[in-house]
Amino acid sequence: MVSYVIFTLTLCGIYALLALSLNLIWGGVGLVNLGLAGFFAVGAYASALATGAGAPVLIGWTAALAVGAVVGLVVTFATLRLRDDYLAIVTLGFAEVIRLVALNERWLTKGSDGISGIKAPLKAELGLMGFNLFYLGLVTLIVAGIWLLLRRLDGSPYGRAMKAIREDQQLAAFAGKTVLRFKLQAFALSAAIAALAGALYAHFQSYVSPDHFQPLITIYIFLAVTAGGVGRPSGAVVGAYLVVIFLEATRFATEWVPGLQPVQVAALREILVGLALILVLHLRPQGLLPECIPRAPKPVPSKA
Amino acid sequence: MTPLLTVTGLKLDFYGVHVLRGVDLAVPAGSFTGLIGPNGAGKSTLFNAVSGLYRPKGGTVALGSSDATGLPPEELVAAGLVRTFQLARGFPKLSVFQHLMLYGADQPGENLLAGLFGSAAARRREAELAGRAFDIARRLKLDHVLDNPVTALSGGQKKLVEIGRALMARPKILLLDEPMAGVNPSLADEIAEHLVGLNREGLTICLIEHDMALIKRLCEPVVVMAEGKTLTQGSFEEVAADIRVQEAYLGRRH
Repeated sequence: MVSYVIFTLTLCGIYALLALSLNLIWGGVGLVNLGLAGFFAVGAYASALATGAGAPVLIGWTAALAVGAVVGLVVTFATLRLRDDYLAIVTLGFAEVIRLVALNERWLTKGSDGISGIKAPLKAELGLMGFNLFYLGLVTLIVAGIWLLLRRLDGSPYGRAMKAIREDQQLAAFAGKTVLRFKLQAFALSAAIAALAGALYAHFQSYVSPDHFQPLITIYIFLAVTAGGVGRPSGAVVGAYLVVIFLEATRFATEWVPGLQPVQVAALREILVGLALILVLHLRPQGLLPECIPRAPKPVPSKA
Repeated sequence: MTPLLTVTGLKLDFYGVHVLRGVDLAVPAGSFTGLIGPNGAGKSTLFNAVSGLYRPKGGTVALGSSDATGLPPEELVAAGLVRTFQLARGFPKLSVFQHLMLYGADQPGENLLAGLFGSAAARRREAELAGRAFDIARRLKLDHVLDNPVTALSGGQKKLVEIGRALMARPKILLLDEPMAGVNPSLADEIAEHLVGLNREGLTICLIEHDMALIKRLCEPVVVMAEGKTLTQGSFEEVAADIRVQEAYLGRRH
């Protein structure tokens, strides 16, 4: 049971990183990235392959961040001339392309067999239980660190410009903002964070395969950010923890319903997730921790 | 002396409909230029083509002596040309104060790394801009609504925010598209007084307005547009006496 709780909390942290990534791009500059699972996969494979080739785990994670950022830039550059709703469609396609490449380029990714035996840092030294605890602490620390950074960004002049672009990008240009620069940077950073989440996931599971990166993950993360509050990093983190815990809780709840086939249990869990989303949107459409308008500082006495 | 804004032979069409058919306009530095003309003359379209919303199909725009044809809005703002909109626009989830701060230029905090890790230069600049924002808010009597989202403002206050945030960008020339339209008469009068004051302090203004009494009171020179072209330019009296202007407004006599 303890190891199950540790596992769930680690997964919570990884989902929280994905939610922070989505909140940055969606709640920040207002771009809908339906390809989150793709960036998650890119990071997971990048780190798995780098460490598989002999690189230390830290280098693998750095590689995941860098590859994620570069892929994010490529996707935004490729969609520059498209309207924002088309960007959403392209990113959805992007995630599928990544999954299919992972499935078919066997020389690189071992196809549907997946890559196993991914280095688990310090596992030999710490033992299984020790490693799981250590990894939970590490993931939680990384979530806290990135949450702090993004929260600061949110309250900075950069965050203010991002939100202006989200609200009305044309008007933001008339406010003197270079809209494209903000979009590219935010997308690259967001993609890098999603890729880091993928790398953390890969080394936690010691195994990745294309099956791990279904579009359903993206949907769960949208659910997390919507429930937590779009446009507020704290909301994204809280939303992610709640979604994972709720998903796991449905596992137990469905045990209480007698006479169901396993397939029906799975369907029932998804029904519960859908119901929960409808309830949250109905009761708190702005999310549990809604975005708030910062107050102006106290005016300094005028010199005049 | 070179005018602050010079538009020469500006052309623009939408799907073959010629909206601007060779507009010439010169806004002298320090002037309060009025732009009038019947509905559909192309006044707002001219502002849109000059301010970077549309790329003109022909002709040139110059700021001072440097060419500014087809520049994107953010570069024109950096060069000192700032505009407001006929229907007041705003960012629904930003407060009035944030609107003012957003328009402040040269904020090193708009660098990604400075945003993530904080920067002393950004905090200093933020304090400077805040001081300026408070001054402008006091001047325009917006200081009691600074924390409100713009969606919670009256129509007149929205117009004031348009002007206030434009001032935050330290414009050399301000293009105002009917800043008094749809505002109650006493507030409209107040806005007019603000504009006169700003103009006296050296700000060049180009104003689209339909109220001839206001144009007469505020503007010199007055430029008349009709059917996508500049008809004439001069003092209000000269322009009002021009038979072509009367025809443009009242229809041609046959």
